[in-house]
Amino acid sequence: MSATDGYKIRRFSPERGVWGRLTARDSVLRRLDGIMLLAVLALSMMSTALVYSATRNRAELNHGDPYYFLLRNFFNIGVGMAMAIGAVWVGLRALRGAVVILYGISLLLILAVLTPLGATINGARSWIQLGGGFSIQPTEFTKITIILMMATILAGKVDAGDRAYPDHRTVVEALGLAALPVMIILLMPDLGSVMVIVVIVLAVLLASGASNRWIAGLLATGVVGCVLVWQLGVLDTYQINRFAAFANPALDPSGVGYNTNQARIAIGSGGLTGAGLFHGSQTTGQFVPEQQTDFIFTVAGEELGFLGAGTIILLLGVVLWRACRIARESTELYSTIVAAGIVAWFAFQSFENIGMTLGIMPVAGIPLPFVSYGGSSMFAAWIGVGLLQSIKVQRPMSA
Amino acid sequence: MTGGLSESGRGSRVTIRLVTIQIIVVSLLLTLGGRLWYLQIRQGAQYTAEAADNHIQQVVAPATRGSILDARGIPLADNETRLVVSANRTDLLKMHDRGKAVLARLAGVLGLKPEDVAAKVRLCDAKTPKPCWAGSPYQPIPITDEATTQQALQIRERAEDFPGVTAEPTAVRRYAGPGGANAAQVLGYLSPVTDEEITKTKTGPAPLLRSDQVGRSGLERQYDTQLRGKAGVTRYEVDNLGRVIGKAKSDKPVPGANLVTSIDARVQAIAEHELDQAMKDARKELDRNTGVNYKADAGAVVVMESKTGRVVAMASNPTYDPNAWVGGISGKDYKALTGKDSNYPLLNRAIQGQAAPGSIFKVISATAAVRAGYPFDGNYNCSSSYSIGGQVFKNFESKGYGPISLGRALEVSCDTVFYDLAYRQWQKDGGNKPSHPADWFYRTAHDFGLGKETGIDLPGEVKGRVPDREWKKSYWEANKDSWCKQGQEPGADDYAGKIAKENCESGMRMRAGDSVNYSIGQGDTLVTPLQMATIYSAISNGGTLYNPTVGKAVISADGKNVQELKPTAHGTLPFDRRTRDQIDAALAGVATQGTAAWRFQGWPQKDIPMHAKTGTAEVYGKQTTSWIATYTGDYTVIMTISQGGTGSGASGPAVRNIYNALYGVDDKGKADPGKALLPRPEADLPKIDKDGTIEAQKIEPPSPSPSRKEDKQE
Repeated sequence: MSATDGYKIRRFSPERGVWGRLTARDSVLRRLDGIMLLAVLALSMMSTALVYSATRNRAELNHGDPYYFLLRNFFNIGVGMAMAIGAVWVGLRALRGAVVILYGISLLLILAVLTPLGATINGARSWIQLGGGFSIQPTEFTKITIILMMATILAGKVDAGDRAYPDHRTVVEALGLAALPVMIILLMPDLGSVMVIVVIVLAVLLASGASNRWIAGLLATGVVGCVLVWQLGVLDTYQINRFAAFANPALDPSGVGYNTNQARIAIGSGGLTGAGLFHGSQTTGQFVPEQQTDFIFTVAGEELGFLGAGTIILLLGVVLWRACRIARESTELYSTIVAAGIVAWFAFQSFENIGMTLGIMPVAGIPLPFVSYGGSSMFAAWIGVGLLQSIKVQRPMSA
Repeated sequence: MTGGLSESGRGSRVTIRLVTIQIIVVSLLLTLGGRLWYLQIRQGAQYTAEAADNHIQQVVAPATRGSILDARGIPLADNETRLVVSANRTDLLKMHDRGKAVLARLAGVLGLKPEDVAAKVRLCDAKTPKPCWAGSPYQPIPITDEATTQQALQIRERAEDFPGVTAEPTAVRRYAGPGGANAAQVLGYLSPVTDEEITKTKTGPAPLLRSDQVGRSGLERQYDTQLRGKAGVTRYEVDNLGRVIGKAKSDKPVPGANLVTSIDARVQAIAEHELDQAMKDARKELDRNTGVNYKADAGAVVVMESKTGRVVAMASNPTYDPNAWVGGISGKDYKALTGKDSNYPLLNRAIQGQAAPGSIFKVISATAAVRAGYPFDGNYNCSSSYSIGGQVFKNFESKGYGPISLGRALEVSCDTVFYDLAYRQWQKDGGNKPSHPADWFYRTAHDFGLGKETGIDLPGEVKGRVPDREWKKSYWEANKDSWCKQGQEPGADDYAGKIAKENCESGMRMRAGDSVNYSIGQGDTLVTPLQMATIYSAISNGGTLYNPTVGKAVISADGKNVQELKPTAHGTLPFDRRTRDQIDAALAGVATQGTAAWRFQGWPQKDIPMHAKTGTAEVYGKQTTSWIATYTGDYTVIMTISQGGTGSGASGPAVRNIYNALYGVDDKGKADPGKALLPRPEADLPKIDKDGTIEAQKIEPPSPSPSRKEDKQE
């Protein structure tokens, strides 16, 4: 700390006010990834418009108030943003000490879902009703705690400089800690979330620098598992058909096949510029089920056309591009792993969600990050953004 | 910075893997973009259509089918109102028991079984047996079209008990048979549209709807599009549960146009009656050749306007009641109309019945002779028989008259004159070794329009046949194997065997006997009554072969749009004015002093010159076919009765009675214009008012034909 009489170097002054700190050249605000934030905000705005379009006529859902979902979506975005700011404020590094506690809380929450506290929606017991029309889906937060927990374990020795890569024992520990919540979620059963978590675990292991054998082993286990399930006839034909209906809707015309078919018609009929917001016949006629949540992308496809729906994919691409950049530029393995985990989480959910509406992925109850209506998923996605931002702002100026 | 880690602290392995993750992410996003482009841009049009199908539902209001009117506006086919009770499926499904109670109540009122009513409103699919509803689920489904007024009133007055059920008067086809004019084969009939037709017409200008009835024969088929009109379609936007959320573009129904025909219901009724009576009378007559009464199993009569080719009456016997088709034909009725023992009353024998013409063909032979260079007024020996190489050809209808002109040969129907002419011509053409044959007799038949359709506006017309050299050759090619086999069989020395043997050896050639037989209309020649009507009309009008027509005008339902169907011609007869006049005079002679004279005794020949030619055609294995061809300046009447005897004998009185009615001629031969039904062809079209009402005269059933003098030929 050096100072000259009559001249105060504000930059190094510890007495700076909040405003001063926020506007300083090295301030947290200025170090935030603005491009990613703009993309996420744009997605949230589109989300609000699409959710409103999908729900304003659904009297049986919106309790007669066309703005019911619009307002709630605004509220969710607000809460999400607050959580993101909180994440930046606290900082990823500070959180590192509390990871075990957060992990524990998330375990308790998903266990609570299995108790009478839990509620079943669409065949999966994955909700906790809070009253007042609010409910939370703890699995959304579990995705984050698994990333944090695994990152803590895997990066511990590496970041301490003990080893270049996590050893086998560490990997086993990390996998064990990931497997525990997966088991509980399988009991719900919420297969969609399990798929997302498996992809996250794979990406986390990749980013940690764990031995290739672990990666290959994990992939092989997945393939063998699928083949076994198929060959041993664990699934009934209708279950296989339901899974395969994304490719051939005729296999399950009244169930998932109906969804896929109607979703495809909605998107396909959009053409280049779409029917115009609020003018889609598939949306107005409510032909696509779950349209404000898992099938929100069909609203964009029908009413905004290739240009609008393409914009959503592009904006998601911008978010992922910035997130990948953050992962690569981080000098700490812990931060790298967290960023990579979040990239895998957002990327896979986006691909699966949009892919199922386009008929190239099987249907699974997975929301589209930042766009689908839903409190928990919106909060979790914003927390993810907050964590990415905190990595960005905390990296040394030199880097 | 807790770690203060240098770059080396993070292995290059991690960097490579991060790049890998990034590449995977980019490719996933590109996949999504590509697929999005494929669905929205490449296949966008198809999905847009599917989306439209999805949310647009159509309710069809069928158009009223136009009437078929006679020349004066009397409906031959129109619509009657029946009370149709229908249920609206969409309304029923909204009820908590899915309409079960309502349908059960409805069944009670209509006196039907509840399960039958329930079956009628279920939708057809692969697993549902009939009855079921094959149409659009948004279309009201008819439960019955035979509700009584009382039942309809009960349903309407207790509307709250029958939500979604309507009892509406609905138009149903009716063949009125005015004054006994049934005209079944001319009018045709309707039956429901088939799936195949719906798919076939889907992309065309006039797509058929599930509720449509389609004309299957006769005028109903020929003028189907004009008569049907255009159904009204109301398009509703619906949501995924079928709830109506809006109304899209709608088309009002355009009622079908009315078809005015040249048929005069009164003349038609008389023609039908007279044909039937003539056949009944023939059955009382003994056929001396076979020793049993004439069978008179089928017959036809055509009354045509000589100067236009318009058909004033066309009757075919046996006949049927076209109303049997209305509301779906029963299995029993269908069998009676099409079964093996039915004698096929659906056939219109005026255009679909063909037989050898017999002597009414001689006008063609006479023309052929003139074209071949034999003067009409020349002297030709009418011997009592004619023999070629030991084969004797009889003078069937006539006797020996010595040398006579061609005109006289027509009058007395002398066969031998034509035998001789045909034989000489056959020799001239090279006999059994033909070289560049002129074939005047065959060429003239073709020029008279035989061997091809007349082009009448009725479907299913047959061509007939001119047994010329080409036909003989192809016929022999097709049959030689069986003929030769039959001819070689032991014991094949009966008549059939001999013929088979002869045909096997020389059937490919035009033999002398073939040509000789052909010249008097016997043998393999086949003509339809309509072809002969066209020919005799042409002789009457100076030589123009008109395309016969039944339709005269298509008039829109409001009477505003009149599309007249003008007579068109397809040729002229190959003779000059002089020959025409000579033939005309000869045919007048037939009616006054020739073979038909005894049937036209007392006819006012001076005021209304009558021309006639009779014919009796031999049919192998059957009794003779009776033909009579007649014309005046206005009308041509052709009648034929299969297995009916001679031309003048069987058909003469009937034809005379038709003329009597047309011109109002009484028994004593006095023409009374007041009693004449149609002394002149109807020139005007009936008037149709804006509201669709048609001004038509009343019609009385025809008076029973005057008693017949059962006089015999001298």
